[in-house]
Amino acid sequence: MTDLITATPGATAEGNQEMRSRSELTAREVMREVGSVLRMSESQAAALATENVDPTEVPEDQSMIINMGPQHPSTHGVLRLMLELQGERVLRCKPIIGYLHTGMEKTGEDLTFMQGGTNVTRMDYLSPLNNELVFSMAVEKLLGIDGDIPERAVWMRMLLSELNRMSSHLLFLATNGMDIGAVSMMIYGWREREEVLRFFQKVTGLRMNHNFIRPGGLAADLPAGWRDDVLDILDRLPERLAEYDILMTEQPIWRERLQGVGVITAQEAVALGATGPILRSTGVPWDLRRDMPYLRYTEVDFDVIVGSYGDAFDRYAIRLNEIRESMKIVRQILDRMPSGDYRIQDKKVTPPPRARIDESMEALIHHFKIFTEGFKVPEGEVYVGIESPRGEIGCYIVSDGSSKPYRMHMRAPSFVNIQCLPHMMRDGLVADAVAVISSVDPVLGEVDR
Amino acid sequence: MSEDTAVTNHAPESAPTRYGCHVTDSRGQVVIHPTRENYVATLKALVDDSFVLCTDLTAVDYSTYASRVGKPSERFEVVLNLISLERRERIRVRVAVPEADATLPSAFDLYPGTEAMEREVYDMFGITFTGHPDPSRILMPEDWNGHPLRKDYAIGRIPVQFKGSPS
Repeated sequence: MTDLITATPGATAEGNQEMRSRSELTAREVMREVGSVLRMSESQAAALATENVDPTEVPEDQSMIINMGPQHPSTHGVLRLMLELQGERVLRCKPIIGYLHTGMEKTGEDLTFMQGGTNVTRMDYLSPLNNELVFSMAVEKLLGIDGDIPERAVWMRMLLSELNRMSSHLLFLATNGMDIGAVSMMIYGWREREEVLRFFQKVTGLRMNHNFIRPGGLAADLPAGWRDDVLDILDRLPERLAEYDILMTEQPIWRERLQGVGVITAQEAVALGATGPILRSTGVPWDLRRDMPYLRYTEVDFDVIVGSYGDAFDRYAIRLNEIRESMKIVRQILDRMPSGDYRIQDKKVTPPPRARIDESMEALIHHFKIFTEGFKVPEGEVYVGIESPRGEIGCYIVSDGSSKPYRMHMRAPSFVNIQCLPHMMRDGLVADAVAVISSVDPVLGEVDR
Repeated sequence: MSEDTAVTNHAPESAPTRYGCHVTDSRGQVVIHPTRENYVATLKALVDDSFVLCTDLTAVDYSTYASRVGKPSERFEVVLNLISLERRERIRVRVAVPEADATLPSAFDLYPGTEAMEREVYDMFGITFTGHPDPSRILMPEDWNGHPLRKDYAIGRIPVQFKGSPS
């Protein structure tokens, strides 16, 4: 089969990226799958390495390797998993990614800092505003204007970021329900998310991929009547979330499907670099909004939701309750939203107001220059990380003093988090594999970039 | 990377060191610059000093860097971002990798989460990590030629059919 693929001219094959059969594995590779994340001592590792290569002691002719995906409804896009199964039991798992790779980091090097937002917003397409926010914050830090952003812009960013967290988690609830078999949940989750997206459409003009948060502030002010729209969402959601509790949280089948499935320990999660709800489900109270505050998160009151078992149910419950916490934050933002400018009045990064263009030649030229050439950003490198719905999203930008980033790298939480899959799936059932993928909530646009 | 080429906002009076490495400040963020030889030892010291979470590992190809001031002496640089959960602190590690011998010891044994990230850096920059358990491409197909994020790798373009054609 493999020979046939590689022999076909023009065909691409994953070759070494694929999972190899156990007879080809060295002890060290088995170590990688079993022991290294647990930081075993050398003697423990040596003991493991000299043991039988197969930790589950299944003869190779009793297991088979099958592909799940890339085209599979429960793989959230184009994630491909190679599973070694013995009957229903998953012995090993290897995620294979790259099917959605479009070279966005390379593209980012060819777009100005002004245009960069249009690129990054498409990475994690379920929380586009958080992508824009982290990119803008990194550019502002390079420009040295990160302390000068007007208060209203900062609070608006927080409002949008929290609403985006709600819409992203609502979509998670929908897809999680669908994957487990609670198909009506899919429709409810999408319905509630649509309420939030409708608000985004009113504010930014688009449901997704907004390019609304820009270096220096935001693209526009909030439209008239925004407060009522947000209040409408906030009033409508609590009873819907209570319905979810009845439909899922309190349902025995739902609990059976998720509790004790895909367990990961705190030690493993930290070693694997997992962040967000996965890390918090293991009991580690780590939320960048609280632990490394940005924007004005120090001035609002909210709880960090933590689990205790590190299983799929904890990850579900954390996200459900994070929606409630986000609503709490949004209510406080509504009370405290200051008036003022929605972007920094720094001629270097901010285009002149539309009305000035009609009366001033200089303003027209300035406007034209900013949108064609962009603005130059001083030399340097920064890394900014914020809490996206999926974990830490980070932006590393190197500038060589020109108007385009010399290197723009996004630390995508999903890319790191899917490394947990082999550990969560080990020795589980193939039916639980779907629940496990779902509970990690990967966005493949961000995994592959 | 030598001291005088480090990207700094304000040049430190006497070169400070941390974990035996040169330390710089980039927009208020702490950056340490180990050499390739003491890279693993530095990471070990960092793990012992509670920097247990490696959030990011990436690389930069400095070959066409326009500014002469901050240009590192070597072509590649691998950049790690570490977090201390205990002290709620970030630190960045930048290690220079020469073009002629683009290898670096793998950080996998200390930070197993760098497995996918090191594969990505290999895939995109062609830097190999010795001791990595699965040194294969991760995003591009296995039989792909070249490493896309290198600066000498051209950006693809979509051919425009009618532009410049005789009217």
